[in-house]
Amino acid sequence: MNDTNQIIISARDVHKWYGNFHALKGINMEVNKGEVIVIFGPSGSGKSTFIRTINRLEEHQRGEILVDGIELSHDVRNIEAVRTETGMVFQQFNLFPHLTVMQNITLAPIQVRNWSKKQAEETAMQLLGRVGIPDQAHKFPGQLSGGQQQRVAIARALAMQPKIMLFDEPTSALDPEMIKEVLDVMVELAQSGMTMLVVTHEMGFARAVADRMFFFDQGQIVEGGKPDDVFNNPKEDRTKLFLSQILSH
Amino acid sequence: MQNPQTVLPPITERSGILRWLRHNLFNTWSDAILTVIAASLIYWLTKNLLTWAVTTAEWDVVVANLRLFMIGQFPLEQAGRLWVALAFLVFLTGNSLAIWDRKSYIAAFLILGLPVFLIFLPFAPQTRIWLGVMAAAGILGWGLGYTAPQSVKRSVAIGWLIALPVFILLTRGFTPAVADVPNTPITIVPTNLWGGLLLTFLLTVVANIFSFPLGLLLALGRRSELPIIRWFSVGYIELVRGVPLITILFMAQLMLPLFLPNGQDIDRVLRAMVGMTLFSAAYLAENVRGGLQAIPKGQFEAAHALGLSSAKTMYFIILPQALRLIIPILVGQFISMFKDTALVAIVGLFDLLGIARTVLSQPEFIGLHREVYAFVSLFYWGLSYVMSYISQRLETSLGLGTR
Repeated sequence: MNDTNQIIISARDVHKWYGNFHALKGINMEVNKGEVIVIFGPSGSGKSTFIRTINRLEEHQRGEILVDGIELSHDVRNIEAVRTETGMVFQQFNLFPHLTVMQNITLAPIQVRNWSKKQAEETAMQLLGRVGIPDQAHKFPGQLSGGQQQRVAIARALAMQPKIMLFDEPTSALDPEMIKEVLDVMVELAQSGMTMLVVTHEMGFARAVADRMFFFDQGQIVEGGKPDDVFNNPKEDRTKLFLSQILSH
Repeated sequence: MQNPQTVLPPITERSGILRWLRHNLFNTWSDAILTVIAASLIYWLTKNLLTWAVTTAEWDVVVANLRLFMIGQFPLEQAGRLWVALAFLVFLTGNSLAIWDRKSYIAAFLILGLPVFLIFLPFAPQTRIWLGVMAAAGILGWGLGYTAPQSVKRSVAIGWLIALPVFILLTRGFTPAVADVPNTPITIVPTNLWGGLLLTFLLTVVANIFSFPLGLLLALGRRSELPIIRWFSVGYIELVRGVPLITILFMAQLMLPLFLPNGQDIDRVLRAMVGMTLFSAAYLAENVRGGLQAIPKGQFEAAHALGLSSAKTMYFIILPQALRLIIPILVGQFISMFKDTALVAIVGLFDLLGIARTVLSQPEFIGLHREVYAFVSLFYWGLSYVMSYISQRLETSLGLGTR
């Protein structure tokens, strides 16, 4: 847990509509520096949509989002500034198939941060070591397993040295035996003090490293709190029902 | 239990002509019957054609007019420049084959061996010397590419970049013709004397090269968020795709002068080139757009999430993937553009087809349509096939290990 309680993400009354469908109905959340937040809930509950509003992959239509003091508005410079400080890991990895692992990782630092190629490649090698696949640097994403691809995706996001990492169901597209290798990397990252927002149903991960967790349903936060409280004493019936469904097997 | 290491891989199929025949043509009774029927059909259809080609056909018309077919009315005095330009291309081709496509010995053998083969045909002595130069240029390029380190790739790429300007410059010449002074080998040759395969080649290359960036911009423009740019792109594409190429060529030849200030005149060959470029760009734009749409949304999102701007996302992530996807379509378009250049014959230029018509109007060759058109078709087919082959090699070399 973080002692300084410095707020790095602040979302106030965030609303989002897709046509007439009200996907987010007034989300309020404040995240402190170094906190690990787990977001869970049934599909269509708006949890992915919410974390995608934080780096403006989705535009919110009402309310206010501040990331590291920068307000997300229509100003492209603000959006790019926030994206530079925010890393994202996707369910489908979204690696660039025409680039090698090394190029996948170094592209943004070279093009956005204006690093030299040498500096970017050194950092990339360090990160590949950290996620446990230093020997795959010159392969193409298509030659790697799903778990390895997702670890490359994490390294790619970390290469920009972000202040915040967003994970959008990072293990949902993986075979069971590969989930652990990705979760291990995420646990290590959480312990290193990174601010993380993780949409996931991996309750073991949540119990181990989450500082707080939030249950989303129908575009709203139903309840949130410390993992112990949410797991052991859920206040709402919907939370109880959902937890019993995903923990029953 | 069997030790896994003792399990042998299945025996690979033995090859051999008889085995191949048996496997592919006479595998079952029905296969054998179909083979016999198809073979007799092919024989029956081509027998007359082949008999005609080797007995009655008067190929003299082709032999006598070969130079016209190749370069039109281009003066003999200046034709040496064209050989030099061609030698440059042959050199680059040999060089690139050795560097990028080392393993296709057959292609290298065919391309480099072609001039050597041609030397043995009964050409004029001067032509044979030039063919020897071609062979030397090709083999020199191939040898240099084969022995040189990979770092020469860049200079070869630069060679290809300047190839078109060099070719056009050499075709055009350098010093203006002056009355009463004899022409030199570097005297400018006006474009109305450019013709035959030379003109067909230049029209194709210019139209394809210049329509590419234009089509790319139109495709991006069509997806632009700025309404004016989008409307312009959509309007242009739909307008141009809605009219036949021949009307655009007529417009370029007949209507363009109406828009120009008095006395101004644009070269007729240039007008045809511009017309074809503008036409091709509209189709290319739609092909590129197809490629762009095939790229998953996740690729844009991943690039944006890393902080890449829209332009950099397009340049580094989306276009490389989209263009690779549409290589077969692009080559198809290039080939059809090559064949469409034949339409300029109708607006009065002397490309390969235009020359064919002139040849047929000569009194001594009247009535030899079959020979002339068969020869011209064969040329179009051969060159189209070369382009198609290059595309296939390109696909294999780009597609490896990327997905």
